[in-house]
This record gives sequence, C-alpha cells and structure tokens, in this order.
Amino acid sequence: MLAELANLRGVSGDESTVRRYISGKLSNLRGEITVDTMGNLLVRKGQVKGRPGIMLSAHMDEVGLMIMSIQKSGLLKFKAVGSIDNRMLAAKRVCIGSRGLPAVIGVKPIHLQKTGEQEKPFEEESLYLDAGFNSSDEALKQVRVGDYVTFDSAFTALGDGYYRGKAFDDRAGCLVLLELLLEDNGLAFDAAFTVQEEVGTRGAITAAYTLKPQVALVIETTAASDTPETEKDAVSTALGAGPAISFMDRTIIVSKKMREQLVNAAEKAGVTYQYRKFSGAGTDAGSISLSREGVQTAVVSIPCRYIHSPYSILQERDLKGTISLVRTWLENRQ
Amino acid sequence: MNEETVSTILQELSSAAGVSGAETEAVEVASRYLFQYTADLKKDRFGNLLALVPGQASPADNKVTVAVVAHIDEIGALVTRIEPGGFLRFSPLGGLDARILYGQAVEIHANRKLKGVVGAVPPHFLNNDELKKTIPVEKLFIDLGLDEETVKKEIKVGDCISLDQKPLIMEGGKKLTGKSLDNRSGVAALIVCAAELASLRHRADVCLITSLQEEVGLRGAVTSAYNLNPDLAVIVDVTHGDAPGLDDKNVYKIGGGPALGIGPNLHPVLGRRLQETAEKHFLPYQTEPLPGFSGTDAWAFQVAREGIPTALLSIPLRYMHTAVELVSIDDLMISGKLLSYFISSIDTSFMEDLIKC
Repeated sequence: MLAELANLRGVSGDESTVRRYISGKLSNLRGEITVDTMGNLLVRKGQVKGRPGIMLSAHMDEVGLMIMSIQKSGLLKFKAVGSIDNRMLAAKRVCIGSRGLPAVIGVKPIHLQKTGEQEKPFEEESLYLDAGFNSSDEALKQVRVGDYVTFDSAFTALGDGYYRGKAFDDRAGCLVLLELLLEDNGLAFDAAFTVQEEVGTRGAITAAYTLKPQVALVIETTAASDTPETEKDAVSTALGAGPAISFMDRTIIVSKKMREQLVNAAEKAGVTYQYRKFSGAGTDAGSISLSREGVQTAVVSIPCRYIHSPYSILQERDLKGTISLVRTWLENRQ
Repeated sequence: MNEETVSTILQELSSAAGVSGAETEAVEVASRYLFQYTADLKKDRFGNLLALVPGQASPADNKVTVAVVAHIDEIGALVTRIEPGGFLRFSPLGGLDARILYGQAVEIHANRKLKGVVGAVPPHFLNNDELKKTIPVEKLFIDLGLDEETVKKEIKVGDCISLDQKPLIMEGGKKLTGKSLDNRSGVAALIVCAAELASLRHRADVCLITSLQEEVGLRGAVTSAYNLNPDLAVIVDVTHGDAPGLDDKNVYKIGGGPALGIGPNLHPVLGRRLQETAEKHFLPYQTEPLPGFSGTDAWAFQVAREGIPTALLSIPLRYMHTAVELVSIDDLMISGKLLSYFISSIDTSFMEDLIKC
C-alpha cells in the first residue's frame, strides 16, 4: 500500500487522486467520511455518543512543480510548489498534468561549460522542462500553464526492509492513518487527510476547525541525517531508530505532557523511539494547535532520508513502530 | 526496419549496463541484434565486437573494407570506499557533472544488481551560503538502503555504478529519453545500417564495430583500428542537440538529421561523399565543423597504422552525460539509411579518388 500511495501524483492543490485512492480504501468503514471545501478528507471512526475529541492527521500533498510559461520552442518554464532544493532538479525525469505527460529537466552538458561553471549550482531560472515538443503550438495541445508536475520515480523495495520512492512525505503518514482506520481495533478517533501542507499548512486550518478536537497528533515524515557528511552529534533522526517524537518545530512547541504520553505509549508498546533533534521545518501541528481556542497537539514522525527529492528512503521498521506507538497512544486515551 | 523496431532496439540497448571497462551486458544486446544480419561475429582481445558483412565484389576486384564504428560504453562511476553505515563513496568514470548527481537513482553492479540513490546533507541542515554552492563529488555518497553488514557482504571497492533510468518514449512517439543514449543511439544506427544493407548491393566488405572505453580515452578504437586496418572508417557517435542556454554554433537540431563532421580530424573526400549520398537520397543532414579534436573514436582511427581515411556521423542528442539524454528516432533511422547508401556507393574507383586527393 505504501508503493501505491507513493506512486500517486498529488502536488499541493491537486490532491484529488490521492483523496480518491484513500476514500476508495475506506469504502467499507463504519463511520462518517466527508470532504471539506479545501479538499481535506475527514473521517470519523467508531460509534460513540459525541466525538472523542481526538484528531490524527497526515497530509496528502507532495512537493512538485508548476508550469509557468510555454516558450516558442515548446520548452516549458516552471516554479517549485513547496520547498525543493533546486540543486537536485538538474537532469531528472518528471510527469506533467493529470495524464502524467513525461518530460525531463534539461541542463547544459558538461562539455559546453566554461571552467568554474560547475562550482555554482544550476539556478531555477536556467532550468526548463523538455517534453519533446518542437514548438509552442505543439506544446499547447498537451500542456497548459498552471499544470502540476511531479517527479517520475517509481517505488522500489531495496531489501533489508528499506524502500525507495517519491512522496513518502507524507504518504507514509497517510499509510499510518489508513492502517489504524482499517484494522479491527475498536478505537474511536477522527482522522484528517489534509491538503496543502507543503505550501503553508493550509488544509490543516480548516480540518481542525471542522473536527474541533481537544487533542491532536500529527503523523509526519522528518528529514533523517544519519548519513555521511553530518557530524555524529548533529544527527537529527536516524533510520531504524523508531518513530521520532518532536520537542518543537518551526510552527509549534509540544507540551511536556503530550511528549510524555507519547514516550509512555512507545514504552508500553515496546517500540524503540527517538527524539527529533532539530527544531526547524514546519508541520500541520502549528495550524491545528492554533485552531479555535487552541488544541493540545504533538508530532510523531517517521524518519526519512532525502525528503523533497525524487527519491527518498525509509525503513519499514520505523513505519511499523509508528503505527504501534500511535495505536497504543489511542488505546491509552479511550 | 521500421521506427517501432528501432525504438525497441534502442530501449533495450539503453537499459543494458555498460560503464567503460564493464560493457559486457550492452555488448550482448548489440551482438544479439547484429547476429540477425551476419553470423560472422567476433570479439578482439580488447573486447570490441566486430560484425563482418561480406560484400558482393567479384574475386577479381580489389577488396575494400569499410569499418562503421560506434562506441558502446557509457559514463558511470566506481565504488571507492564503503563508509560506516554502509554508504558508498565513488569516483566518476568519464565526464560527469557533480550537479546532476544529487537525487539521482543509480545501480551498483556487484554479484547482483543493487539499487541506490545519490545522497547529500539535506538542505534543511545547511545555511544559505552552503545552499549556494555545488556539492562536490567527494561530499556525495550512495545510499543503498541496506544495513552495513549486507552492503559489506554484497559490494566490493571497484564495483561499477551506472545511472538507473528506464528509457521512455516521449509524446508523439518520435523522441526517446534515457541514460546511455550516448552512444547506444550510435549502436542502434549501426543495427539499422546492417538491416538496410541486407536489401542493398554493396561491393565493400563491411565491418560493424562496437568499441569499448571511448569515454575514458578512445581506447577500444585504438586497438580495433589497428586490428582490422580497414580501408576507410565511419565513426557513428552523438553530438549536442539544440537547447536553450547553448551557443548556436555548438548545437544541432534534434530531428534535423545526422550532423556530418568536417575538419582536420576527418577525411574531406569521405565527408563530401556522405553529404552527396544524403542529397541523392533526399535525406536531411546538418554540417558540424570541428576545428580540432572531435572527441570521438575518429581521433584514434585517423592515425591508426599508416592512417585510415575517417568520417564522422553524429546523432544530435540533448543533455549529454545525464540520465535524461534525449534523441529523435527519425535521426537514428536517417543515420542508418545514410550509412547503408554510403557503403553501397563505395567501390575501387572511389578508393582511388581518395588516395589521389
């Protein structure tokens, strides 16, 4: 299911494919499923009088590109949707629009570069998409300004329980939510599959308002840096070390109480966990915590290498650990 | 041979691995296709594949041997070190721009093939100054998504690394993108040439050669030219396709037909004959002036033994030495046809003209 979720194409503002896939999976669920104006998919699981006031959330959108202009030559100019390190765009393959028209990101060949040119990365303005069109007329038949573009990278199981693919941020979180909704656990909670996280945690604002939770848990992926060129004591999270519990990020400071609840849940479930030793980058937690009069909110993340790139890598163990941790946390609260 | 077949052949060639020095897999694909047109296939001591298609000259004629050469190796890298955690450090083989590697999928050729990704420190942990700099190759690494123990068991220093990218036909079906189209496009044109020759009369003996180790210094060409010592040679390689940000004088139109080289590296009469042949058969071509080093096997062939008259036919290709190289299938078809018509036009009297010039 992670393969299917990761291969779906859904850049911020264009999440309908992901939404349709998830609601399809939930068609037999006993509970109420709604879609709000923003496009968030809201699921109320379990039959209880009144709602339990617990919200789990994961975002459906992924970073990508948008077509900004079509040049006479038939080549296409673009801008990033969400934060993408331009340095990893050069010479990568992408898919355009709802049909997934294949294209490549062209670069100047090494043979034609001047000495020293390689020391500076390619700038976004110098990059363009080449879908093989010979003219703007030809391009206009297939592409429109405003079309969304995703990386074209298929999911691969690497072995030793590692997976390689695009959009694990945050389809891995969506998977955690789906598992908890689909398994026979008798738990009652609300789940929000949100939109537009990557462009400013927009979907979570309305989702939290509608669901009106007392407490919320955001399931995210977070950048792992257990890789070369990082000082040992600067490693934010490591693969295989289990779900990462946040102290804070750019959008929220998590209360000590909630952090301890999560640690207790991990220990009770027998799941190894780690702290997210990094305070930057934003999540839906910020928007949710400021909803209405305020909501107690925490974040649990699946460590993931190279997020926001064509190929990220995560480990199944961390994914399973996150599911167990969240399940136990929910059980403790029922 | 029709477009679909050519596209299938090129996709198969592109999918095969063949980093300089480890070309076996790609050579196997090429030899399987060439075998359909001649059973006379051999490998020389260096590993170059030679496919001989005999001509229909009468025994009284002086035999002419034409070599048509395309290098089959591709750029890649070698594993230089296994780091704690199972990450690999590597060193490029052939001209690789460090800027295209970050976030690139790769394949390691150990006892089995392993997939990986070129990683670097995530941008989240860098300051603005650091973000403005290229990440040099020494700071990049390959992540196989495997435990250190598994990596140490499976991989050895010196194992070769290729870009991991499946070929893809683009909208309209006329263009193809993928890795190693430099120079599997040339190899595909050789196969088209062999197919076309089957229905043409030609006096000259033809030797189709897929040469090795071009990307690291035209090495296969050196030994194959010496070994075969042909009367003349046509090198089939790729040249830069038109794209923004490139100087017009360096680039050739994709789909505009092959670029025929002229300049000191190439024999003027041979070049003219290629042009005339194209015109006679209404095949489009472009002219590529090369003021010195052509950067192709032609450089080695020209000065083999007593010297070999050499011509160069190049297929325009965008984004050279990346995993998103892009060519036009039309250009491949035209190149293969032009080569076959050229070969069928060669006779002893032409050879005399060559020497007289």
